[in-house]
Amino acid sequence: MRLSALSLCLTLWAAVACAFEVEEHARFGPAEARVLRILSTTDIDILRPLIDSFLRSRPGVAVDYTAASSAQVMQGIVTENARFDLVLSSAMDLQIKLANDGFTRPHRSAWTPLVPDWGNWRDHVFAFSQETASVVLSRAAFAGEEPPRTRQDLIDLLRRDPERFQGRVGTYDVTVSGLGYLFATQDARTAESYWRLMEVLGGLQVRLYCCSGEMIEAVAEGRIDLAYNVLGSYARARTDLAERILVVEPEEYTNMMMRTAVILGEAAEPDLAGAFVDHLIAAAWSDPPAPDYPFLDPPETARPVGASLRPIALGPGLLVFLDRLKRQRFLEEWRNAVQQQ
Amino acid sequence: MSDSLRISGSIRRRLTIQLVGSAAVLATLLFLIVQTFTRDLAEETHDRILLASATSIMDAISVRAGDVTVDLPYAALSMLSNVSDDRVFYRVMLGAETLTGYDDLPVPEPGSRETGARFDTLVYKGETVRMATTVRWLSRNGVSTPLIISVAQTRTGQTERLAALTRTALLLGAGFFAVAVLLAVWTAQSSIRPLRQLAGMVSRRGPTDLRPVTRPVPAEMAPLVRSLNSFIDRLGLSLSRSEDFIAEAAHRVRTPLATVRTQAENTLHRIERPENRTALREMIRAIDESSRAAGQLLDHAMVSFRTDSLERKPFDLAELTAELVNRLRPVADLKDIDLELEMTGAHAMAGDPILVQNAVRNLLDNAIKYAPEETRITVSVRGDAAAHTLCIRDAAGGFPEDEMGSLTERFVRGRNAEGTVGSGLGLTIAREVAEAHGGRLEIANTKDGTGACVCLHFPSA
Repeated sequence: MRLSALSLCLTLWAAVACAFEVEEHARFGPAEARVLRILSTTDIDILRPLIDSFLRSRPGVAVDYTAASSAQVMQGIVTENARFDLVLSSAMDLQIKLANDGFTRPHRSAWTPLVPDWGNWRDHVFAFSQETASVVLSRAAFAGEEPPRTRQDLIDLLRRDPERFQGRVGTYDVTVSGLGYLFATQDARTAESYWRLMEVLGGLQVRLYCCSGEMIEAVAEGRIDLAYNVLGSYARARTDLAERILVVEPEEYTNMMMRTAVILGEAAEPDLAGAFVDHLIAAAWSDPPAPDYPFLDPPETARPVGASLRPIALGPGLLVFLDRLKRQRFLEEWRNAVQQQ
Repeated sequence: MSDSLRISGSIRRRLTIQLVGSAAVLATLLFLIVQTFTRDLAEETHDRILLASATSIMDAISVRAGDVTVDLPYAALSMLSNVSDDRVFYRVMLGAETLTGYDDLPVPEPGSRETGARFDTLVYKGETVRMATTVRWLSRNGVSTPLIISVAQTRTGQTERLAALTRTALLLGAGFFAVAVLLAVWTAQSSIRPLRQLAGMVSRRGPTDLRPVTRPVPAEMAPLVRSLNSFIDRLGLSLSRSEDFIAEAAHRVRTPLATVRTQAENTLHRIERPENRTALREMIRAIDESSRAAGQLLDHAMVSFRTDSLERKPFDLAELTAELVNRLRPVADLKDIDLELEMTGAHAMAGDPILVQNAVRNLLDNAIKYAPEETRITVSVRGDAAAHTLCIRDAAGGFPEDEMGSLTERFVRGRNAEGTVGSGLGLTIAREVAEAHGGRLEIANTKDGTGACVCLHFPSA
């Protein structure tokens, strides 16, 4: 799949620098039109309904949608100066970095006040979803068994029965995935239990994945029994797999990530990008959310806020884990825990 | 009087302007002080947080086997978001080498052995940032090397907050000014009040009220009131002097004239040559004329003085007239003139009885003087609710029609008066007295044309 995407990139995008790895690319709308170029970490299929409804009211507009991993998104914008109008990303820290380092432009409209204060950083970064970092379990593997409710439960379970779970647990490869790194650093910042869990997982030859989707499929297909730090929204969106997977939010705390949008400073179509951001905001923050709003974990306003839900704050604090030395040190520690040979 | 007064400025206006001016200056000062204070406070707060951030990074420096590493604390940057949603930059340098952070953040070169904190305002990535820098000296391989930590933050949020504070300070200043203006107007009004009260009091006084002002006045007005009192005093003195002078003059002129007349009459009895007697008679006539003229001049001076400051008191017009008629009856009898008095209605009126008496006497004098012998003079006094009227009718042939208007002017005498002693002041005196009392003098001929009818009208109230 990555190969085909790359060839797509080479054939269709010869004019544009695209040395960063593209996962998916699609174009919506008429051929002769103003083109809004979106670079995103979100799978095309998930945002398709929102893009369709956006284009429906704008006949002369097309959307050029490129999906890439968050790290590749950062590389594309910062180091390769790729030409896009809008960046949608689940890696909040990287979005904040883009805004902090001056790659974005502010946006104010009639819709922006809908976003709560904690979901809007300097009118540059706008949240349009809140999604949990959940544990996905295989229903088959845990049949007739009480599923673990906390990280401690999980640690106890894995320690009790190492043979059963050997090679059958998965989590993000934080060296590859920006979102995985965000979840990992927030976990490490919040609780000691994270490192213990990582050591246990490392002892079980944990499988590492780039994306939530692949982890969900691996659990559903029975390749692994358990995946840690998976996007709850993606897991719930796979209603076709509902029979086979079980989504658990750890009770002591559950990190909540905000998917955010930034308009790039060098956007060729800033107005169109602003209109799309407004479309996302309207879909996400209207009460109730728009019917085509794809993230099944509804924004916090729509659900009871349990003490255990821990939204990750948008702000310069996120820059700390992007610090070169900090990241180096964290990854080193993570590798030591996870890759025990 | 007030028309000729030259107005130059207004104490109240000047006071108001000065007070409002001072209020404006104070309000501006207040605004500037509040603004400066809040700006300094905001900047100081911002500096402290930046320094706290830099210090927390400094605390996270560790030296492991000669290697210096930084474990950036999460709070180092997150604490800055408590101030505002502003962009944050940092740089950690060991000597000339950047350990971590933004490689191009311009960090000041530390002086040799310089430690402690410094703050700079500079432009980075197109925005003004405030930067705190802290330095520590490490010894590496025997060489002292500075470890420099800088944390910078843009000031958008601070600028916005300062703008809000400026608005508040502006409102404060404006509010202060508005209150001060109200107080200034009130102060100016109330400080001018004693002056208005004094002016009202003095202008309400009667014309002969020459008492000094005794009412308590503010200290600042004491010199004015003192001068006013002294002026009133001098005026009173001067008035009483001129009254004395008139009385003195009357006495001094009339008495010698009377002596001269008596001597002339005595001489007339003694001399026999007809031409001498004629000359002497002429002399006596001239003396009479002078005496009467002097009397009338003094009367007129007295009338002018008294009408200028008319003092009203109640008296009975009929009583006054009857007394006069009785006094003049002997003179009338010399010419066999019949003086008749008619009185109807009530006659109590308010005015200066001396003036009225003078007016009536002058009219009666005239009538007796000009009337032919063995005629009748009728004096009638009528009084009702609206007016008192005193009329004197004679049978002296009346006034010439064309002179009627000018007869009451000073020193104008009718053509028919030739050969009669007189000064031409009698009608003038009567008219001035009538007018001083708010009334008038009417001169007419009787309907049958045999004589004149002169009437004095006084309004009742």
